[in-house]
Amino acid sequence: MIHLTIDGKKLEVEEGTTILQAAEKADIHIPTLCYHPLLEPYASCRVCIVEVEHQGKKELLTSCNTLVREGMVVETASERVLRARKLNVEMLLARAPAAEPVKKIAQELGIEKPRFEIKDPQEKCILCGLCVRACEEVVGANAISFINRGQEREVAPPFGEPSEACIGCTACAFFCPTGAITYEDLYGRQVIHEELNLGPATAIRVPIRQAVPMVPFIDEDACIHFKTGNCQLCVKVCEKEAINHDMKEEEIEIEVGSIILASGFKPFDARRIPAYGYGRFPNVITALEFERLVNASGPTGGKILLANGQEPKAVGIIHCVGSRDENYNEYCSRVCCMYSLKFAHLIREKTEADIYDFYIDMRCFGKGYEEFYHRLLHEGTKFIRGRVSEITDIPLTPEEEGKLIIRVEDTLVGTVRRIPVDMVILATGLEPSLDHNEIAHIFNISCSQDTFFLERHPKLAPVSTFSDGIFLAGTCQSPKDIPDTVAQAGAAASEALALADKGTFELEPITAEIDEKLCAGCQICVSLCPFNAITYNKEKHISEVNDALCKGCGTCVSACPSGAAQQKHFRDLQIMAEIEGLFID
Amino acid sequence: MSQQAFEPKLVGFLCNWCSYTGADLAGTARMTYAPNLRIIRVMCSGRVDPQFVLKAFQEGADGVLISGCHPGDCHYQEGNYKALRRHRLLSKMLEQFGIEKERFRLEWVSAAEGAKFQKVCNEFTEQIRKLGPLSWNGGKKNE
Repeated sequence: MIHLTIDGKKLEVEEGTTILQAAEKADIHIPTLCYHPLLEPYASCRVCIVEVEHQGKKELLTSCNTLVREGMVVETASERVLRARKLNVEMLLARAPAAEPVKKIAQELGIEKPRFEIKDPQEKCILCGLCVRACEEVVGANAISFINRGQEREVAPPFGEPSEACIGCTACAFFCPTGAITYEDLYGRQVIHEELNLGPATAIRVPIRQAVPMVPFIDEDACIHFKTGNCQLCVKVCEKEAINHDMKEEEIEIEVGSIILASGFKPFDARRIPAYGYGRFPNVITALEFERLVNASGPTGGKILLANGQEPKAVGIIHCVGSRDENYNEYCSRVCCMYSLKFAHLIREKTEADIYDFYIDMRCFGKGYEEFYHRLLHEGTKFIRGRVSEITDIPLTPEEEGKLIIRVEDTLVGTVRRIPVDMVILATGLEPSLDHNEIAHIFNISCSQDTFFLERHPKLAPVSTFSDGIFLAGTCQSPKDIPDTVAQAGAAASEALALADKGTFELEPITAEIDEKLCAGCQICVSLCPFNAITYNKEKHISEVNDALCKGCGTCVSACPSGAAQQKHFRDLQIMAEIEGLFID
Repeated sequence: MSQQAFEPKLVGFLCNWCSYTGADLAGTARMTYAPNLRIIRVMCSGRVDPQFVLKAFQEGADGVLISGCHPGDCHYQEGNYKALRRHRLLSKMLEQFGIEKERFRLEWVSAAEGAKFQKVCNEFTEQIRKLGPLSWNGGKKNE
């Protein structure tokens, strides 16, 4: 352990600590520009200079890269230090007048204008070298470095040309303290509100703010470690040592007795209706995007703003986008009317905007729903009954300039109207999730005409499927709101539990059986059974059906040449009798 | 009785899980279709023995339909493929008996396809009506 004094405070620190680190431990602040705790110190900015007295010598040293020695006496803000620091910062300010961190330190030190000539008033780079060190130490790509000397010194890739060594990880931009390095998305994606489109994200991140469990994951495609073998900064900073890059995906097999499918829904893709301009007009957004916008933890802190940051003066909410529509989905998505009313209410609460609701019917079927609709009517929301045909930004009158115009037939008035608004919210409907068909195939369940999973009986068995032991819950079975989903989930869980709890299991009585006396042992049935329920008995030279495995399809029966195989309740004689019965006139 | 009054007698073997449910759906949706198809429910289209088809024609059917789940969707995995094989072979044999191949039909109707079932019934009925009665057994009536 090393003993030293900083600003009069006596400290005891481990060998190998720098003066800067020791000061941090003692809560003494020393300003820095080119220092980052995760990178090797470079001491290029000279801002962290301190006066060190040791073994009879007093000198100015950079605290970020000077190791502590026994008996050092350090002063971080003596007159000599401040003079030197001020001069350094003045020079830095002259070099990079637009660099915010430099401006901040200059202000703290009382520097107003540097006395030196300013070559480029827009310059931000202070040649701190953090980007170079990041690219070398963290990423291991070594794509940039310092080039030239003296006045011409700058950071660049080899020969000043885009380098193939650069992996586009933007670590350089991340570590740059002044924002001198920027990056852009070359594909020109229209970022409306950056967070809504889930813009740039780090390779290690929590998937969404509502993730369960609230644990980050590593995106292998973006992670620098998987590209260069370096970085692993996350591992270095994790106090719990919880990060392991060597983890591999595992497939775990679990044997279960019942399965509940709750694969949910996906919102209707509003781009399928080009007339509504979603994707073309930044202020036409979907319901889910509006939910994010109005959320207190969202990109605007819950304020309702247009893409240009202003408050809308008029908002239009269009119901039945993709629902109740021959061209897209014929069914009603059930939840949209109510959430549209919720939006109307929120907009009323948060802005002074005029609110228009374009509906076909108001579906307020639940507890308190109709009463909420009445409240909206009293709040002054304008309800227009009609299907919106298009949203356009081409004005026909001066009032329509700069607005989004909603063209709609007002069926109660009997005319076509043009309503200018600033923001349009599309109440998109519900569709089965993306992997819906895959799941149906894996579990061998059918889908109904509206493409959601088919329940065993629409009234009497809404949570079971035709396959025993597989249950349905939530919007994968049909669009529904939260109270109904919770109720259905409870029902599915209780049915699954009942199955396990009973201790006995009901089998269908329609299994196949083989008459010993008639069976010739040809084994045609054995090869046909998709459930391997038939085995050949070598001693008796006959085939036998396992009642527990047999599902009762009857394929073996119709293939049996001797009529030895029969299906209980669907015997050949029984079906023949049915056929005869059909023709009794 | 004139030729226009000929009402085809059609027999349909419908698999329980897809086609029978699909037909049920046509019913609950109140779809109207020709009443000529007389339905026999089997658990799987793979249960349909060629002998049933022959028996149906023998008893006086002018047309026989087998309907099952779509390929790949069979409730019992593969039964409908067996039905497909049997249909192809049996059709050839029936042609040699003088029974036109239009009279023996195989369709895939899923549990959601009430409309398809309606269409199949109507089309099949009209097709057989145009072909005329089969009279394979000489139009013998059951005593």
